[in-house]
Amino acid sequence: MTSLVIAEHDNQSLKAATLNAVTAAVACGGDVHLLVAGHQASSAVEAAKQVAGVAKVIHVDAPHLENQLGENLAEQVLALASNYSHILAPATAVGKNTLPRVAAKLDVAQVSEITKVISADTFERPIYAGNAIATVQATDATKVITVRTTGFDAAATGGSAAVETAPAIPDTGKSSFAGREVSKSDRPELATAKAIVSGGRGLGSSEQYHAIIEPLADKLGAALGASRAAVDAGYVPNDYQVGQTGKIVAPQLYVAVGISGAIQHLAGMKDSKVIVAINKDPEAPIFSVADYGLVADLFTAVPELLTELSK
Amino acid sequence: MKILVAVKRVIDYNVKVRVKSDNSGVETANVKMSMNPFDEIAIEEAVRLKEAGVATEVIAVSCGVTQCQETLRTAMAIGADRGILVETDADLQPLAVAKLLKALVDKEQPSIVILGKQAIDDDSNQTGQMLAALMNASQATFASKVQVADGKATVTREVDGGLETLALNLPAVITTDLRLNEPRYVTLPNIMKAKKKQLDTFKPEDLGVDVAPRLKTIKVEEPPKRSAGVMVPDVKTLVEKLKNEAKVI
Repeated sequence: MTSLVIAEHDNQSLKAATLNAVTAAVACGGDVHLLVAGHQASSAVEAAKQVAGVAKVIHVDAPHLENQLGENLAEQVLALASNYSHILAPATAVGKNTLPRVAAKLDVAQVSEITKVISADTFERPIYAGNAIATVQATDATKVITVRTTGFDAAATGGSAAVETAPAIPDTGKSSFAGREVSKSDRPELATAKAIVSGGRGLGSSEQYHAIIEPLADKLGAALGASRAAVDAGYVPNDYQVGQTGKIVAPQLYVAVGISGAIQHLAGMKDSKVIVAINKDPEAPIFSVADYGLVADLFTAVPELLTELSK
Repeated sequence: MKILVAVKRVIDYNVKVRVKSDNSGVETANVKMSMNPFDEIAIEEAVRLKEAGVATEVIAVSCGVTQCQETLRTAMAIGADRGILVETDADLQPLAVAKLLKALVDKEQPSIVILGKQAIDDDSNQTGQMLAALMNASQATFASKVQVADGKATVTREVDGGLETLALNLPAVITTDLRLNEPRYVTLPNIMKAKKKQLDTFKPEDLGVDVAPRLKTIKVEEPPKRSAGVMVPDVKTLVEKLKNEAKVI
C-alpha cells in the first residue's frame, strides 16, 4: 500500500497545504510519495524532499505542466496511478480541479474534503456546509481523496526523501493558459494565517472595509477575510471569502467584524481556536460560536480596539 | 451551438438541516427543496449566451427523483428551451451523474456543458470535472467570466489568491462560481410558458449507465457543537481576555 500526494506549488515554493495532505496520507498507512509536476520547479522539489514522512519525491518537468492545467495534471497523475492504493491532494483550487478528473478516468469515486482518516478506506467528511459529518467507506480499489487542510496538522520538515524523475506526458492541448491576476498582498495568506480579521455586510462599503478592517489586520499580523455578503456587495474580491463556498479556515484567532454569521459562513470558520465577534445585533448567530462576543457599533469598537492593542 | 446545463434539486439553502435520529442521513421529508444555487447561475449563463446569439439552444438536465421535474421547470422558466429528466430513486453519486450526463452529451452533442461548481448538499465539487474527463474534453472550473468566440471559450477562473484565464477548445465543460452572474427573477408569465416546454424522461437503464453507489455512507452525525463563550462588556475587557485568558495576542 502506497499513497501518492499531489504537491501544491507555484514552481518555486511548496505550498503549506501540501503538508496537511501528507499527514492525511501517512494516516492512510503505507509509504507516501510526493509528486511535484511543474516546470523549472527545482526549489519546490528541494522543499518536497524535506517533508517528514515522504519516502520518495517524484519530479516531472515539462513546459505544459507549468500552469497546472487540470487536463494535463490529471493525465500526469494517471500515468503514475497504477502504482498507488491512494491518490491524495489538498482541497485547493488545483486539487479540486484535478482529482475528480483522475477519479473518473480510473472509474472510481472521489472522497472530497476529508477531515479525518478512520482507516485506509473509511473517512469523515463534512456535508451540508459542515452541518453534518458523514463517515464514508470507499469501495473502489484506488482511493482518490481531497484533503481539507484544516482537518490535519502540517507534516514536519527535516526529512530527506530520494528524488526520482519521471517522464512527462505529452501536452493534451485541450486548453491553454491565457493569464493570471494575482491579488498582491504583503499580508499572510488566508488559508494558512495564524490570525484572520473578517468583515461583513455591516461595514457598508468597500471604503469602510479598507478603513476599518485593514488597520486591525495589520495590527494583529492577520490575513483579511470576508463573508459572502461582503463579497456579493463588492466590498472585496471573491478570494477573501470565508465559508462553505469560499475558503475553510482554522486560525488561532478569528475576528468577525459586522458579520451576522449565516450557517454558510460559520461552516468556514467554526474550527478556529478563538473566535471574537463584534456586532451591534445581540441576536446575531455569530455570537453562538464566538468565544468572546462584543455587542457594539463596529465603527467605534474597532478603532477603540486598535488603541487598546497599541497600549 | 447547443449548451447543456445540469441542475440538481437540493435542500433549500435557507433550511437548517437536521441529522436523522438513526444517523442514516439528514431529514429530507417535508423540507423545502430548491435548485442548487450554483446551478441557477449555470442556467443563467447559458441563457445569456443564447440571448447574446452565441448559443442556439439551451437544454436543462436533472438526474434524480420525479420531483426534479420542478427543478427543470424552474430552469425552463429562467430560459432553458427544454428539459431532460433522468429519473431514478437511486442514491446518485457524482461519478454516476457524470456518466448519465456523458450519455446525454453523446445524444445531444452540445458544444458547452455548464454545471454548478458544487452542490450545497454533499459539497462534493466533482461532477463537472468527472464529466469533462469522460468526454475527454477541456474544462474550466470556478468560472467568474465566460466568453465564447471563434470556436473557443475564454474563461476566467476564481483560484487561490486571484484569477486565472484559460482558453478552451470546444467541446468544453465549465463550472460556475458565485460571481459569474446574478440569476434573474423568474416571472409568472415565464413560469406559465415553462409548463408548455418539452420535457423528456429517461431511466438510467435507457442510457446504459450503472448508477450503483461507490461510496458507502456508514453514518451521518451532528458536528461537535461549539459552545458559545462569554459576552464582554467593552473593548478593554475584550483585549484583557485575549491577552490573559485566551493568550492569542
